[in-house]
Amino acid sequence: MLDIPAFLIVAMILFGIGVVGVLTSRNVIVMFMSVEMMLNAANLALIAFSRALNVSDGHAFVFIVLAIAAAEAAVGLAMVITIYRNRETINIDRYNLLKW
Amino acid sequence: MVSSMSDYLFLIPLFPLIGFLINGLLLGRLPRPVVSAVACSSVALSFIVSVLLVLDLAKLPADGRIIEQTLFTWIASGEFHVNISYLLDPLSAVMILVVTGVGFLIHVYSTGYMHHDPCFGRYFAYLNLFTFAMLTLVLADNYLLMFVGWEGVGLCSYLLIGFWFHKDSASEAGKKAFIVNRIGDFGFLIGMFIIFWQVKTLNYYEVIDAAPGAFEAGGFLITAATLLMFVGATGKSAQIPLYVWLPDAMEGPTPVSALIHAATMVTAGVYMIARSNVLYMMAPDTLMVIAIVGGATAIFAASIGLAQNDIKRVLAYSTVSQLGYMFLACGVAAFTAGVFHLMTHAFFKALLFLGAGSVIHAMSDEQDMRNMGGLKRYLPVTFWTMLLATLAIAGIPGFSGFFSKDEILWKAFSSDHGHPILWVIGVAAAAMTAFYMFRLIYLTFHGKERMDDETRKHIHESPKSMTVPLMILAVLSVIGGFIGMPHVFGVTNHFEHWLEPVISGPHHEAAAHALAASGADTGLELGLMGGSVLIILISIFLARMMYKTKPELATSLANKFGGIKRTLLNKYYVDELYDATIVRPLVFGSKLLWQIFDVVIIDGLINTFAGVYSEVSQAVRAGQTGRVRSYASVFVIGVVALVAYLLIG
Amino acid sequence: MSIDTVIFFCSAVVAVFGAVMMISQRNPVASVLYFILSLLAQAVLYVQLSALFLAAILVIVYSGAIMVLFLFVIMLLNLRGKEDLGKGSTPLSTATKYILSILFVVELAFVIRSAVFKNPGTVGIVEMKDEAFGSVETVSELLFTKYLYPFELTSVLLLAAIVGAVVIARRAHHHESKLDSKEGEA
Repeated sequence: MLDIPAFLIVAMILFGIGVVGVLTSRNVIVMFMSVEMMLNAANLALIAFSRALNVSDGHAFVFIVLAIAAAEAAVGLAMVITIYRNRETINIDRYNLLKW
Repeated sequence: MVSSMSDYLFLIPLFPLIGFLINGLLLGRLPRPVVSAVACSSVALSFIVSVLLVLDLAKLPADGRIIEQTLFTWIASGEFHVNISYLLDPLSAVMILVVTGVGFLIHVYSTGYMHHDPCFGRYFAYLNLFTFAMLTLVLADNYLLMFVGWEGVGLCSYLLIGFWFHKDSASEAGKKAFIVNRIGDFGFLIGMFIIFWQVKTLNYYEVIDAAPGAFEAGGFLITAATLLMFVGATGKSAQIPLYVWLPDAMEGPTPVSALIHAATMVTAGVYMIARSNVLYMMAPDTLMVIAIVGGATAIFAASIGLAQNDIKRVLAYSTVSQLGYMFLACGVAAFTAGVFHLMTHAFFKALLFLGAGSVIHAMSDEQDMRNMGGLKRYLPVTFWTMLLATLAIAGIPGFSGFFSKDEILWKAFSSDHGHPILWVIGVAAAAMTAFYMFRLIYLTFHGKERMDDETRKHIHESPKSMTVPLMILAVLSVIGGFIGMPHVFGVTNHFEHWLEPVISGPHHEAAAHALAASGADTGLELGLMGGSVLIILISIFLARMMYKTKPELATSLANKFGGIKRTLLNKYYVDELYDATIVRPLVFGSKLLWQIFDVVIIDGLINTFAGVYSEVSQAVRAGQTGRVRSYASVFVIGVVALVAYLLIG
Repeated sequence: MSIDTVIFFCSAVVAVFGAVMMISQRNPVASVLYFILSLLAQAVLYVQLSALFLAAILVIVYSGAIMVLFLFVIMLLNLRGKEDLGKGSTPLSTATKYILSILFVVELAFVIRSAVFKNPGTVGIVEMKDEAFGSVETVSELLFTKYLYPFELTSVLLLAAIVGAVVIARRAHHHESKLDSKEGEA
């Protein structure tokens, strides 16, 4: 029973949960974490395929993706801090200055 | 000798152009004596060069009397080739001498007449510009350059008629002149197009050479072309139906009326037809139309002149009537007679206008003859010169007008294209001419003094600058006819002989000459001549009776025929007719086009488009919610769709 | 049912459980903690796939650094989970979003199915030919030879991220306070 498709299914479910989190949460921190969740799901899939094809290239890819996720989290959270200073809320629906 | 002389041809129109540029560009900065010196000397120089060149022309053998000068190629586009080049042949020689000679006298007269006017410089600039355009018209060697001069004189006519533009009536008159002229010019252009289409050239001599081959004589095309060009002539030379601008043109200064509306511009139509005589001889139907229009205009305008009270209006209608004579002459293929009358008319009509100007000047700008009278003893020079001109225009034997008018009447009767009825119309018009001209003299210079005391105190004879041109013109009016005396008096007609190379009439003249020599028609001609003179003398006597000896006769006749008099005074209500049938519908149509077509349809269409865009963008705008989550949703929808596409496709 | 399968199932369930709890908590600190739980479970899954190096990196860097960063921010903003997050979205929009996500997952299932059917060799975990598969040496050898450019550029990216984060999160009136203090002294 333990074969690659199983891992892919897990990755798939995690990705779906991440999408749901991005679309439905009103807390900007949770929304951010859902994005990280999606990235992780992708990492899992990459590792699974790398194992299936018996090459290590997937590992290198995941490595880079991790670094990028870290960078993005840092910058994004800095922005959240700045916006919170101005808006006093983490409700993402209040960040609507781009409304027509 | 010939080639070097032709190099100077371009100077003739150049001098007035330089005068215009100097006076026009330095407007207001030159002192008056300089302005008049520049203007008059430029025309004088043109006159001198004209005389010298015409003398040179005369030295050439009779059938080679052409001096040409090409300045440069104007248009060279495929088959269409037009040069700026000047042509001096016997016909244009007559014209340039008249234009520069009479023009010079009028320029000198204007220095006195316009002395009190603040816009002195502008007047002389325009006058020089007009002279330049007129000389271009008569010296051109192709129809297109003539048309340039044609339009140029139209422009200057507008500028000079509306010279005192702050007066509404003057600016309206200027506009009317220009617009009515334009209608005629349209016909002229179409006629030119037809000629070019068939003959592929617009140069006079080339057209004359090619015309018999390119057109069938009496055919539709040549009739159409000549008829359309005649329409242009009716506009420029004030014939029915486009004469209505000329009486209104009297709003301009009197020397302008003398120069433009008597001696030169209005003769452009006659010149054009005389120049194209070969074409017109090929279209006898057009000739008939011209003769009828000319005769009808002659008698129609003369009848209006009988009842006018403004001294300049009488002369204006007289001009229209005399132009009718010239066209009548052309219509009966007597082109030489038409040009001859053009020349003599220039002398005596210019004199009449200048004399009227002198009277108006003396009477402190009064123009109504009912307020004049008895001016004979105050203005002797004016009186005697005007009397001489009146005798000339009435056609008293010995004076210039007699010879030219009589030539026309005889040809109207006897020519292949003529008809006795035309002779009758001509004589009737001549009788009316004599009547109203002497009426003018008697009302103005004789009888009771009807002006008020204030005006009477200021009456003075005009200065030398005005009286000397009057005297010179009077001399010309008297002796000018002798170069065109008819054969029947046993002498050669020098004028006709001079114009022979240009006017294809020699065959006709030769035939008539032979007939005259045979004596058969001599008696008829002399008889008709005598008859017309007798009728003229009777009408002069009538005028004398009505206006000098028994004025109560005039008032009783006016009361009995009040309706007729009112119609004549109101010029048969022609202006009102044009206004109602042409002007008002046009204005109405324009308003309709504006309010419905432009505002509703075109603007509505554009506004609807803009409205649609606006509505659509309002709808699309709702998509910009500014909420991150809805953007994310759209993002996900897009990805789902893309993956679905990739899966299925 | 081998021990591997059992471990896989348990880890998978824990991972999914953690993810689900993460998105349904009010208190953001709880969300972070559940996420870390999910991450740890995923690390186990990585080990099962012989990605030993990356499993370690996941735990140390991801849950140890990035999630701690999240925690720092939450502490900085002083979020207690009692904030008023406004009225929720309409049930219709929430339902639409769930449907969208399910749709997406279904699509991914199809993708996996086609991938599996095209590559029958992926069924079943293949015998490891290479003992060093997934080890530090193997991965780093790849990183420094074949994927050198991405590696170096990633370091530049990290530098940019650091500078960016510092600049964005700076307080605006930083130098005015210095002036104020100077005036205070004079």
